[in-house]
Amino acid sequence: MAAAEKPPVTITGAGPLSGVLSGLLTWIDQRFPLVSSWKEHLAEYYAPKNFNFWYYFGSLALLVLVMQLVSGIFLTMFYKPDAAQAFASVEYIMRDVWGGWIIRYLHSTGASMFFLVVYLHMFRGLLYGSYRKPRELVWIVGMLIFLCLMAEAFFGYLLPWGQMSYWGAQVIVNLFDAIPLIGPTIAVWIRGDYVVSDATLNRFFAFHVIAIPLVLLGMVAAHILALHEVGSNNPDGIEIKQKKDAAGRPLDGIPFHPYYTVKDTLGAAVFLIVFAICIFFLPEMGGYFLEYNNFIPADPLRTPTHIAPLWYFTPYYSILRAITETFMWVLGAGVIGMVVLIVLSVANNLVRLASVAAGAVLLIGFYALDPKVWGVVLMGVAVMIFIPLPWLDRSPVKSIRYKGPIFKSALAAFVIVFVLLGYLGTQPVTDTGTLISQVCTALYFLFFLLMPWYTAIDKCKPEPERVT
Amino acid sequence: MSDQGVDKGKRCFLVAATSVVGGVAAGAAAVPFIGSMLPSERAKAAGAPVEVDISTLAPGDKVTAEWRGQPVWVVRRTKEMLDTLPKLDSVVSDPKSERKKDELTPKYARNEHRSIKPEYLVVVGICTHLGCAPVDKLKAGPEPFEANWEGGFYCPCHGSLFDLAGRVYKNKPAPDNLKIPPHKYLSDGRILIGVDTEGA
Repeated sequence: MAAAEKPPVTITGAGPLSGVLSGLLTWIDQRFPLVSSWKEHLAEYYAPKNFNFWYYFGSLALLVLVMQLVSGIFLTMFYKPDAAQAFASVEYIMRDVWGGWIIRYLHSTGASMFFLVVYLHMFRGLLYGSYRKPRELVWIVGMLIFLCLMAEAFFGYLLPWGQMSYWGAQVIVNLFDAIPLIGPTIAVWIRGDYVVSDATLNRFFAFHVIAIPLVLLGMVAAHILALHEVGSNNPDGIEIKQKKDAAGRPLDGIPFHPYYTVKDTLGAAVFLIVFAICIFFLPEMGGYFLEYNNFIPADPLRTPTHIAPLWYFTPYYSILRAITETFMWVLGAGVIGMVVLIVLSVANNLVRLASVAAGAVLLIGFYALDPKVWGVVLMGVAVMIFIPLPWLDRSPVKSIRYKGPIFKSALAAFVIVFVLLGYLGTQPVTDTGTLISQVCTALYFLFFLLMPWYTAIDKCKPEPERVT
Repeated sequence: MSDQGVDKGKRCFLVAATSVVGGVAAGAAAVPFIGSMLPSERAKAAGAPVEVDISTLAPGDKVTAEWRGQPVWVVRRTKEMLDTLPKLDSVVSDPKSERKKDELTPKYARNEHRSIKPEYLVVVGICTHLGCAPVDKLKAGPEPFEANWEGGFYCPCHGSLFDLAGRVYKNKPAPDNLKIPPHKYLSDGRILIGVDTEGA
């Protein structure tokens, strides 16, 4: 389209500047899709009018992302990715750089806040069925963002080069060691040395400040583009695009700008108050945001007596610790149970055969490989198992408001189990703790694996015609 | 726009040929990037053997040396400590050090006490689970993690237990016994860690 074919942009309400602004924006719009992008993603992006509290967390995640990028850029001006200087350079930032302490606390508290906001954002998806058709890709890209975020947090945590940084990285890199045959080579390749060392620190810095953030930004763009293609879900879980007015606008939709930009600004203001309280009064949050042992420089010869990852990784850390030799019998029984269930309830012979084969392979694997390997595998699966959720949930309705008692109980149990696993992951190992985390691990996986059955038999209420 | 004179077969061939050649080039270009992440020559050279003086080590005590960035422990075991080992044969998962023996237990340490001289245990202090450094719990007596504790090492990360010969307890996350590094006695009071008498 030739530039001149576009209508001029008219700005009103800017007083004497209106004319100048209109002229400038017209000049830009004729060379760049300014007005069309503005309309598509803000002024004429129709979001359901019934968004509630849970819908703050998407925009808050974006806000935290920006804060992390800005504070991170400033930290790189003073930080030294060198095993001999890293710890001291962080203390230099804290003590000698003007405003350094607040920039660093913004970044470290921001990391915890990022996970808090993202976990709540994901929980919103579980509540209202936001992962269901047609939003499968929004969900999957979102899960990839979650994976990037985990990688970003992990790489970043090594940088202060404290005891927890060092031993945390040592443990996680050694997870790869569990892969049969090629594992040890991969672990050495990741570290660039036989133990976590200066080479490891230097490359983790590169991953943390450039590689992962680039991927993360691309993923966030894809997440929002995919969302704006299919439109937002809402607490009723019904499609507002099915009821439109004469002009083709959803009857229950309101333009994102100004309605939700203003609502989200309120959310941001409240969030920033909480955030500021953390930074000024609780930057370490009793050892949950910054662990006490990380104020001791890394010592490759001495592991701290109690090591635990930061709170946002502890549910998965608990699952890793729960897989012991005796628990392998429970896993074996679980696999046999799943295969029997599939063979009895699925009519398709190919599916039956595949599940028997997969079950047999798993059982042989349980026998042949160490529990350590399966601990690592199950921890990975526990993170990834959210991805097939759109296909596991076979309920006729999306939102928890119209789902039946079975799903409600299952989701409640899942939340309790997740929090309990998270708590146990922060604690030292005890026999009782291991037993509880094993029960919780089993329930965690059953929430997903049994979902196709319990959602199908659940007694759901009818969905309304229009949003309530 | 005109479609006249377009040879679609030729275009298809050229695109395919360029893609194949370009794909090979991209694969080759990835080699130095992937290779750069392997241990550098400097890191490889840093694995020189270290000498440990054990002449002043009291019975029941432990010294830690650093070899290839890893902690290596030398424990001087008392008679009572050594006596606990046969009792634990049924409790540890690999009493005879048969798993991955070429990697974990050199020939001269494949015995009840996993050492050259029964008195001195030389072992890499890195848990075979995920690489933490286990802590000393050398004294026997009830511990929160094990009521009938006979002395040994406790890994704080995931609760693996090792006896005074570095043998792992059954049903713990760590799959293997602690690694015995190649080592030899230079004299009664000096051990060289990193090389043994069988060459290497």
